[in-house]
Formats: sequence, structure tokens, C-alpha cells
Amino acid sequence: MLTEFGKVFIFLLVGIVFVGIAIFMAYLVRPKRPTAEKLLTYECGENPIGSSWQKFNIRFYVVALIFLIFDVEIVMLFPWALNYRDFGFYGFSVGAIFLIVLFIGMIYEWRKGDLEWERSKPIIPNLKNFSKPKEIQETK
Amino acid sequence: MQNYLIEIFGSEIVAYILATVPVLAFIVVFVLFAVWLERKVSAHMQDRLGPMRVGWHGVLQTLADFLKLLQKEDIVASANDKALFNIAPYVVFVTTLITYTMLPFTSIFIGSNADVGIYFVLAFSGAVVAGILMAGWASNNKYSLYGSLRSAAQIVSYEIPTALVVLTMIMLYGTLSLGDITTAQTSQFWNWGIFGGPVLGIGKILLVPFMFVAFIILFISTLAESNRTPFDLPESESELVAGFNTEYSGIKFSMFFLSEFANMFLIGAILVIFFFGGYNSPFGYLGNLLGIEWLIPIEQLFWFLGKGMFFVFVDMWLRWTLPRVRVDQLMTICWKYLIPYAFFNLLIVGLILLI
Repeated sequence: MLTEFGKVFIFLLVGIVFVGIAIFMAYLVRPKRPTAEKLLTYECGENPIGSSWQKFNIRFYVVALIFLIFDVEIVMLFPWALNYRDFGFYGFSVGAIFLIVLFIGMIYEWRKGDLEWERSKPIIPNLKNFSKPKEIQETK
Repeated sequence: MQNYLIEIFGSEIVAYILATVPVLAFIVVFVLFAVWLERKVSAHMQDRLGPMRVGWHGVLQTLADFLKLLQKEDIVASANDKALFNIAPYVVFVTTLITYTMLPFTSIFIGSNADVGIYFVLAFSGAVVAGILMAGWASNNKYSLYGSLRSAAQIVSYEIPTALVVLTMIMLYGTLSLGDITTAQTSQFWNWGIFGGPVLGIGKILLVPFMFVAFIILFISTLAESNRTPFDLPESESELVAGFNTEYSGIKFSMFFLSEFANMFLIGAILVIFFFGGYNSPFGYLGNLLGIEWLIPIEQLFWFLGKGMFFVFVDMWLRWTLPRVRVDQLMTICWKYLIPYAFFNLLIVGLILLI
């Protein structure tokens, strides 16, 4: 007897086989004439400069971290959402308190500016113009 | 349907392998049709005709394109990470395909009636990110890398409003299984999720506006999760060439394409199952009226695909109506509007359901 996830596993295998067959069919038909120029990576038709495996913006990590916090808490809420009606108002308020704590965390992140894509830049004091504070430029 | 197949072939495994064929065939045919439809819709919205030459009004255009893609040379650039580059199309397509196992196409056909249903769909539509990041990183191309990072940031961000609305809906139905959610909305159209679902009494009237809000939030966030315009930053042609699939050519590119369009139908189907009664007919069945039992599943398939296709059409329509959002606007819409709204919607619906 197959379990329900056994059926999903069959789907997974069939999907892999499907992609494999499609790529194999193309392998039989397509030409293969590589040249050095063809094997360059695309960069607007010019020769690529340096490797592309470079540093990227820290903001992506911040988004990933906030996502992780929220997602873990939402996963915890799934069993509650399924069953809270059996416990009446008490069950609801337990979940609601949890949700509100989660939302306070979100307000904190909002105030800290982690939800902004364009973070305001820190103002670096210019020591040369220290006596003339009017000329300190606020960069925002 | 699987039961008939088991009776015919005697072996469960053969039967379930055969049961995957309709789903795969549906995805392929749907994508061939949807690509043509997209080109026609965009053309007519811009007062053009679109593809006209291959077949009647160009219906066979996509098939011709597919044959062309099949014959294209498969270029794996020398700087690429070859193993990851070749695995990525498998990951992206397979993760999209297995979310289809949970969709109840008719009352007799569902790939796998596991209890986790929508949870599984959420998990695997998030797992596409792994494939996209793989593709972007392995391409060793600056456009691909930035495209894939944007795509990952976008998909994970919009998963939170999606999950919050899904929580709202499972509070209403009290089950995670998509098959059970659909059966909860049977008989009449006022049992559909958008009209408050199977709740009775005063709660039903109170629920309607909040269900509408939930529907709008889910529509926007799933649209963003499938990387469609106005949220198509990962593939914005004018900045990033083609995003994470810049380096792909031939059949591997078409696998990404296939999964993208399959995702479009998937989000339409999820919306239909939650808010518009899944495969249920709004008027009752002709099969019941005439006493022909085998007609009912066919009608259900018609309604399910019809409603799903309507949302696919709306996606195409939006593409030519709204301009692309900026990255910071994208994040603002998600974190500062959709999540707080979905959040309070969840609490209010929870309270109403207790009345």
C-alpha cells in the first residue's frame, strides 16, 4: 500500500525522468560546435571582466533573516489555526497574544529601518568643518 | 480515477505512475496554450495582431517555437559551474510539478490526498528559490546572479503574506487538505470562500469584506511569488537581460519557461480553491440533471480549468496595465502594507469565527 507521500515521490521521480528525456531528446537533435568566443559568459557582448562570484549587498541577508523569524513563527501557528475553535475564546487569545508579540517584533524592525530597502546612510562628522556646523552635509 | 487504474493494471505503482501522465500532459498543453494566449493578449492590448502565420491565428506558434528550442545548441560556458548549471532546470521544474500533486482537479482525480495539502504547496513553491539561486550562481554571470538574488528576496518576502492569508483560510475551513477545502464549498456558490465559506448565520455576513481583503492580499502576493509583471524584477529585460536564465539556451531554458507558466496556473488554482469553490460548479451540474454520472467529473474539470484560466488571463492583463515596481517599492508593498493588513485580517477573522 502506497502512502500519500509515496504518490508524491512517484511524481518526483516522473518529473526527473521527464526533464531527463526532454534534455536527452535535445541532445540527439542539436548541433555541438563550441568555439572559444561562444563559451564566454554573456556581458553585453564584451569580454567579461573578472569573476561574477562577487560580494553582493548585505540587504539580501537582512531580508532573509527577517523572513526566517517570521516563517518559523508562522509554522508554529499552523496547528493553532487548525484547532483553536475547539478551545473557544481561551484558545483564540493564546494564539492572539503570540501573534501580537510577533507583530511587536515587526514594529521594532520597522523602527530600526530594517524594512527599508534604501537605508539612510550614517552621517560622518567632517572634522575640518567642525567649527562651521552649517556646512555639514546631511546625506540621506 | 486511480482506483480504476489499479483495477485495470493490478499494480498500485504502475497505476500511480500512469496517474502522473494527465498532470504532466496538462502542464505541457497548458504552457503551449498559455504562451500563445499571452502573445495574443499582449498583441491585442497594443492594437497588434500577434502571431498569425503558424496555424489558425498562430495557435501552433508555440509548438514551432518548442521545436526550434529543441534544436538549439546547448551552450555551457567555460566559466560556468557545470554540475549546478545542469541540475538547476531539474530542481526548478520538479519542485513546480510536485506542487500539482495536491491540486484536486475533479472530485475523482487528485494526485495525492495527503492531509498537509496547502502546507506542502507553500513549502515547495518556496523550494523553487533553491533552483533559481543555483541557476543564478552557477551561470557565473553578473546579470544572472543579481536576477536570482532579487528573485530569492522577492519570493521569500512574499511568502509571509501568503502564509498569513493561508492561515486565515485554514481557520475558516479547519483543514489543510485542498480536497477537503473544496468539498466544504459544495452545493451553492454562496458557500464559496469569497462569500464566507461554509459558515452559517450572522458570521457569514460579517466575514464577506474580510474574505475580500484576504483574496486581494493573496492575489498580489502570489503574483509576486510567481515573478510576473508588475513584480518581474528578477527578469526585468531592460536592466538584467533575462535575469537568472540569461546563460541558459535551448531545452534547459524551456524548462525554466515551463515551470514559470506552470506556476501561473498553480497560483490561479490556489486562489480558485480557497475563494471560488475549486472544481464546484456555481449552478449545479448538467450531469445530475440528465442523470448521467460520468458527465459530472468532466464538468468539474471544466469549471476548475475555466476559473484557473480566468486568473491566468488576469495576470496577462495586469502585465499590460501596470508598470514594473522598483525594488524598494516591492519591499514596501510587502512588509509595510500586505503583512500588517494580512495580520489584522487574520485576527479579525479569528474573532468572527468564534461568534
